[in-house]
Amino acid sequence: MEIFDIYLLEALVNGILLGGVLALLALGLNLIFGVIDVTWICYAELVMIGMYGMYYLFSVYHLPYWVAAPLCILLVAALGAALHFLVISPLLGAPPINQLLATGGVLFVLQSFATVAFGIDFRNLGIRLPVLALGEMHFSYARLLAFGAALIGMVAVYLFMTRTYTGTAIRAIAQDRQIMALMGVDTKKIYLVTSALGGGLAGLAACLLVLQYDVHPFVGLSFGPITFLICVLGGLGNFVGGFVAAFLFAEIISLGGLFSDLEWGYVLAFAFFIVMMFIRPAGLLAKRS
Amino acid sequence: MNKQLAWGVGLVALVALPFVYRDPYHLHILVLILIWSFAYTSWSMMGRFGLVSLGHGGFMGVGAYVTALLWNHLGVSPWIGIPAAMLCAGALALVVAYPCFRFRITGHYFALVTLALSGIVLQIIIATRDYTGGSLGYTPERTKGSHILALQFDDKVVWYLIALGVWAGGLAVWYWIDRSMSRYAMEAISEDEDAAAAAGVNVTAEKLRITVISAVMTAMAGALYGQYQMFIAPDTVSGIAVSLQMVFAAVVGGIYVALGPTIGAIITIMLAEVLRIGFGTKAVGWDNLVYGVLLVVFIIFLPKGILGSLLDLLKSSGKRKNR
Repeated sequence: MEIFDIYLLEALVNGILLGGVLALLALGLNLIFGVIDVTWICYAELVMIGMYGMYYLFSVYHLPYWVAAPLCILLVAALGAALHFLVISPLLGAPPINQLLATGGVLFVLQSFATVAFGIDFRNLGIRLPVLALGEMHFSYARLLAFGAALIGMVAVYLFMTRTYTGTAIRAIAQDRQIMALMGVDTKKIYLVTSALGGGLAGLAACLLVLQYDVHPFVGLSFGPITFLICVLGGLGNFVGGFVAAFLFAEIISLGGLFSDLEWGYVLAFAFFIVMMFIRPAGLLAKRS
Repeated sequence: MNKQLAWGVGLVALVALPFVYRDPYHLHILVLILIWSFAYTSWSMMGRFGLVSLGHGGFMGVGAYVTALLWNHLGVSPWIGIPAAMLCAGALALVVAYPCFRFRITGHYFALVTLALSGIVLQIIIATRDYTGGSLGYTPERTKGSHILALQFDDKVVWYLIALGVWAGGLAVWYWIDRSMSRYAMEAISEDEDAAAAAGVNVTAEKLRITVISAVMTAMAGALYGQYQMFIAPDTVSGIAVSLQMVFAAVVGGIYVALGPTIGAIITIMLAEVLRIGFGTKAVGWDNLVYGVLLVVFIIFLPKGILGSLLDLLKSSGKRKNR
């Protein structure tokens, strides 16, 4: 029984560590949804491009990790802004479902662009971070680092949103998008800044994920759907809800994986999601109307 | 009357085609186009009323895998297996869609809940790899007895005729819905649910009916595809990629007109084939790149799709002539 408990604890802690990165991903998506009212189906593909960016900067151009990471975040932020400028802004007046489908098109474009440009080989940075042994439990430094950086990133976004003028304007637009234009806020500019910020968060996630996972053109499909489900579970646009839902999901996947195959962890998480949708359709933390 | 005549002549020409021209490669492409057209038409039945489902990959997977599993493990003929698979997909659609509609989950939320559905089906297929072969795919066993009982034919002409019949059946269902009261109810719902409910439309029941019809037909397409190709893999009949593929082919062709999804299937499959033949293995990825760009461009500039926009153009020029 002793060993079993150790494994359980290890799975629990690993779940929390996984939850940190998922929460970061969900935060970016929630930001975009809360402010611009658009779902980027291609969000995970932005992360994938960011991971390739890291791979090329680090392994091909031999930049140190600490130089490559900010560059990569900037790259994905620019990509996010470009996505908004080229695809979303012409569709702002269109039915929401058209916006959803257009970003679905971008998903195909990014995926196949990666296939064409980088090939379908699995690539990794070749960094092997040591494993931290705590008693009889083992945690990888990559996960701890990712968890820490994700938390720092989220705090930074929180400070930006509450302490700066632009951040305040972003939150105000999320509350009422018509009035803010009358208050002298340039909504187009704010949308662009928000998209860049969302992209930047995807870039940060990419820098962290590339330490743990190999990158290939379809890597986005392995965590993209999970990210959407987390956002919906927490209530689209609800930052705190997304945060809580990310850890819930990560624990379900982690514990499900402990008792059976990893796929069953995912199946459980998906099923949990569908059940929750019926109990709390507007999100975990929504007030009952 | 002219329209009916044109349909009749077109259908007769399509039926007569394999008896005049029987190049196996071209017939193969035609069968694929017909089966996928049927699937895309099924999707559009919901899509045209603003019910954007990203779960149809799941229904297709259920159709293909239930049929094949029943045949391989229990020896149940596809003649029973396909209806059983369709029943399963219909039940799945009911279980997921009823609470969705009951609790007014619409728009983004509906799309994402159904996305979870196709994710679940994909992961279950992979997780039960002892029975389904997992990511490696699955092959229905070759029959030793009757080909008709096993629904396995080597002759492409037979498959062409089956696919043609099913496709025409799909269009017939489309017309049946188009001329029914449901269509008006659904249009009212897609404009404004509250107003429709106030006008006496049973919103939940109407949406459920159309969803179940659409899911059942998609499962049938999946089962036929599996029987024709004799190989199914989670990535080709199930999952999110397939769901998105359905959506964009239908949107490119036009989801508001009966033949729109068919046009979408012709364009996407021909494009993939032309690129494959033109570039060989170098084409890996290029077809999806072109699809993706097309989808984005279409949604921005031609949200009614190719056929829908063409028909609009014809109509408006016709009006100008009459004036």
